[in-house]
Amino acid sequence: MTASALESIDLVRDPAKDRARALGRFKLADASFRVMTLGAALVVLLLLLGVAVSLFIGAWPAFHAFGFDFLLNDSWSPPKERFGAAAAIYGTVVTSVIAMVIGVPIGLGIAVFLTELCPPALRRPIGIAIELLAGIPSIIYGIWGVYYLKPFMQAYVEPALIATLGRIPGFGLLFKGPPLGYGVLTAGLVLAIMILPFVTAIARDVFETVPAVLKEAAYGVGATTFEVVGGIVIPYTQVGVIGGIMLALGRALGETMAVTFVIGNATHIMPSLLAQGTTISAMIANQFADADPGLFTSSLLALGFILFVITFIVLALARWMLSRLETKAGR
Amino acid sequence: MFSRFFLGATVIAVSASCAYAGDISGAGATFPFPIYAKWADSYKKETGDGLNYQSIGSGAGIKQIKAKTVTFGATDAPLKAAELEAAGLEQWPMVMGGIVPVINIDGVKSGEIVIDGPTLAQIFLGAITNWNDAAIQKLNPKVKLPDLAIAVVHRADGSGTTFNFTDYLSKVSPDWNSKIGEATSVEWPVGIGAKGNDGVANNVAGTPGAIGYVEYAYAKQNKLTYADMINQAGKVVAPTVEAFQAAAANADWAHAPGFYVILSNQPGDQSWPLTAATFILMYKKPANVTESNEALKFFTYAYDKGADMAKALDYIPMPDPVIAQVKAAWAKDIEQK
Repeated sequence: MTASALESIDLVRDPAKDRARALGRFKLADASFRVMTLGAALVVLLLLLGVAVSLFIGAWPAFHAFGFDFLLNDSWSPPKERFGAAAAIYGTVVTSVIAMVIGVPIGLGIAVFLTELCPPALRRPIGIAIELLAGIPSIIYGIWGVYYLKPFMQAYVEPALIATLGRIPGFGLLFKGPPLGYGVLTAGLVLAIMILPFVTAIARDVFETVPAVLKEAAYGVGATTFEVVGGIVIPYTQVGVIGGIMLALGRALGETMAVTFVIGNATHIMPSLLAQGTTISAMIANQFADADPGLFTSSLLALGFILFVITFIVLALARWMLSRLETKAGR
Repeated sequence: MFSRFFLGATVIAVSASCAYAGDISGAGATFPFPIYAKWADSYKKETGDGLNYQSIGSGAGIKQIKAKTVTFGATDAPLKAAELEAAGLEQWPMVMGGIVPVINIDGVKSGEIVIDGPTLAQIFLGAITNWNDAAIQKLNPKVKLPDLAIAVVHRADGSGTTFNFTDYLSKVSPDWNSKIGEATSVEWPVGIGAKGNDGVANNVAGTPGAIGYVEYAYAKQNKLTYADMINQAGKVVAPTVEAFQAAAANADWAHAPGFYVILSNQPGDQSWPLTAATFILMYKKPANVTESNEALKFFTYAYDKGADMAKALDYIPMPDPVIAQVKAAWAKDIEQK
């Protein structure tokens, strides 16, 4: 009797036991899901490491042959087998700085206008225009730069700069030389236009996360729009804004085709912003196909490795800035 | 229904296998790509055999043939005999082109300005910076040259055109030779770097005072103003098909191992000093003799029947004596079984 009763208990499904079994199944699915996502994450790390290591191995003959001088020498002469990265590094940094100096304030301005001041009827068309700007392939910017921006720079902007800023002693060195239209400044301007949508789109999205009650409180105590943006919106969203700016800087540093079209591709450093220059990615794009195996190819790979390192440094700086901001905000 | 499907599948399979068996594979120089494509098209119509040519640049073509991923490589800058020997490669010139200095000076038309090699080198070195410079004026006593800054335009990408152009400047200017040298890309002391022949052509056309160098076909098709040149014999020559062929005919091919002749600055009263050949590389002992023979058949066709097609695209066919020498070299060197 007792035995059969026990049996019957076993037969009648125990809900607790059932749940445990069901959860056990989930446990397996859970674990395999964890392993799969971990695997995906590890693939990223492996890829990154693989790219860095293979670039370094390819670049090693150049680093070995030229040593630290590779970073300081601005001469790039394939027939003489004399290679230095300084001109390319200089061009990369200067064009990106010009792009950021022009692109970031304008991009943030657009975002502030869109979220704080824009009549609702205009908000969508301007927003869509910005997103379209982000979707244009870079080669189109390059062609546009050559056919429209370059003649404009040559005919109006550069002569004006030479006649005004170019006359200032010392500082004027940056604006000397014949106005050819091709140069570091034109490349920086094209880059500024290219990064504009990144800065704007991200800034707009994070500005919209600011709680209305904060802004209304500020307006309520008599703050102007400028004070609300400077005192409430930007401090509240600075982490996101800096993220957007860094994304834009990443694009500016690595941009290839648009820059190659308008920078003039001179492989040495000239002080004037109106003079021709080159960037790391432009150099690689121009010369890799025809590079002889050996020191030439290796030097181009070394350039690639340096760009990798520059990008890494920029990202590390961004992280450091963000963590400092977060601790400050916490205090 | 079923039979139709089956038939379709068979046709696809057959045509696919035909294309696979027949395609000759090659890679390299971009300059001869249009004419190779044209020859391939007409060869396919006659024989049914296709050509798969990737125009990825001379340097990349050399890399590909050395890696044995293609049956032939194509390069604008020939390999020296020692390098050919080490790699077991045979090399020959396939077709020629001319390089012309193009200029943009208001009121000056094609052929109205004459320039010589040393002056051209000084301009590209940045030593001569204005069109009214005494050195240019001396060569053009009858032309009133304007007070206009010279804007040098050169290739930014590695290119066989640059190789031939800088080779010429190195031959005629000791200064250029010691400071810059010759290669598919060099360290230009001055000027704007533009991408491709079309990039240089556009830049020269759009920049007053510009001087650049492009393949003859680009100068002709874009109606650019070209300058005449003074050749090695001291004669003024205009860029014409006859002048390019004269340079090739006067070159000493017979005594050049691996046909290593760079056609710039060749002797002869009619020779255009900036003539350039483009070369083919194949293995003397090919890993796959059938494929190698197929490629040679294609090149024979191009030599025998391709001259008019070449001229139509502003290329210059090799002179007959040179073709005879190339064919003799094939028979002697390349294993054909």
